[in-house]
Amino acid sequence: MKVIEFDTIVNEVKNLCMKANYELPDDVKKAFDEAIKNEESPLGKSILQQCVKNAGIAENEKVAICQDTGFSVFFIKYGDIGINGGNIYDAINEGVRQGYQEGYLRKSILKDPLLERVNTKDNTPAIVHLELVEDEILDITLAPKGGGSENMSKIAMMKPSDGVEGVVKFVVESVAGAKGNPCPPTVVGVGIGGTFEKVAFLAKKALLRPIGEHNPDPKYAELEKRMLTEINNSGVGPQGLGGRTTSFWVNIETFPCHIASMPVAVNLNCHASRHAHVRL
Amino acid sequence: MAEKKRITAPIDNEVVESLRAGDEVLINGTILTGRDAAHKRLVEAIEKTGESPIDLNGQIIYYVGPAPAKPGYVIGSAGPTTSVRMDAYSPFLMEKAGLKGMIGKGSRGNDVIEAMKKFKAVYLVAIGGAAALISKSIKKSEVVLYEELGPEAIRKLEVEDFPAVVINDAFGGDLSKEGIEKYKR
Repeated sequence: MKVIEFDTIVNEVKNLCMKANYELPDDVKKAFDEAIKNEESPLGKSILQQCVKNAGIAENEKVAICQDTGFSVFFIKYGDIGINGGNIYDAINEGVRQGYQEGYLRKSILKDPLLERVNTKDNTPAIVHLELVEDEILDITLAPKGGGSENMSKIAMMKPSDGVEGVVKFVVESVAGAKGNPCPPTVVGVGIGGTFEKVAFLAKKALLRPIGEHNPDPKYAELEKRMLTEINNSGVGPQGLGGRTTSFWVNIETFPCHIASMPVAVNLNCHASRHAHVRL
Repeated sequence: MAEKKRITAPIDNEVVESLRAGDEVLINGTILTGRDAAHKRLVEAIEKTGESPIDLNGQIIYYVGPAPAKPGYVIGSAGPTTSVRMDAYSPFLMEKAGLKGMIGKGSRGNDVIEAMKKFKAVYLVAIGGAAALISKSIKKSEVVLYEELGPEAIRKLEVEDFPAVVINDAFGGDLSKEGIEKYKR
């Protein structure tokens, strides 16, 4: 069993917070270049160009791409390791605390959701999804999640009889109906199957798959392409002001499902589709 | 695209009526910031005392909660937040406090669109997510109310050629609707 120091994890998480919020991943940069070539709306094209310019400023000056530096959502693969000096949850929260403070990132988390709504002032607690794996690794992915796009999420406990057509219609209407609110062009995460809570998790996890990479099952890959075409036919366009590029990409993730059920969930990333990764 | 229009904030009815949905504008002068929590407090204060704790006559409110400023910077990244969350408060602020403009992202509800026609106001969008770029047009930033709200405090911003697009004008024009319709297949 490998032993990892608590402070090492804190430090890595701190760096991830800054990297994820300053630097747009390469797949997203490439998607912007493609979209600028294909966008028919002059205003849409100008918006896409300004987003690229914005990402350049953020990366060069080490400032946040977007002021909404999000809820810090972590996907952890926890292997055959031990942590010397504390536990994984404390290490992550301490890393977030330091990263958001030292990185001049906005603290957006409220202690109580309904009655008090007072800011925790350090962007904690983080949301941590732990997956146990066999190798001697600790694999950390941070996906900061902005409120504007998260608010446009949809979940439906559909009837099996709704079939493929029903699912496509639900996904396309969810994305098109959100118009400019989630900061399009978006990346669309779709979960199908599992239970109520599992399907929401699948939709979120789907957002981690890079733009340009389809579901390994060719039938679901086809469905991803069809959904993307129909979403972009909606005309919503960059920032919801009309155009060809409403979404960059659609990722579907599935899970086995109960005979009575067909849960579907849609989770969106804004055009600043941020994530950063490290393996210890 | 047509020439960009330069306006100076605060604005009056004459400026409002000179703007049309689809116009690209560059805003100069001073604007205020405010989002969910500040709107709630403003409306509650006006309901209670009859007047606004800050003069909103002719003002433009920018829906933003900026990131903290790095040393040597005026403000951190400062892009717009989703406007529809302010829909519950905007008509009231137009009617009771003389609010003339709003900057955010996304579309507005019918009540807000009707209020803009009735009380002469405009809704503009800045590019959501272009927060580092937008911050370059902000030359001064000062918290003027509700400091305890942190990123949600009301700030007075001095802006130079702040870029925005008119979405809803005071005549019912709606770029969001027209733009989407145009590119629908």
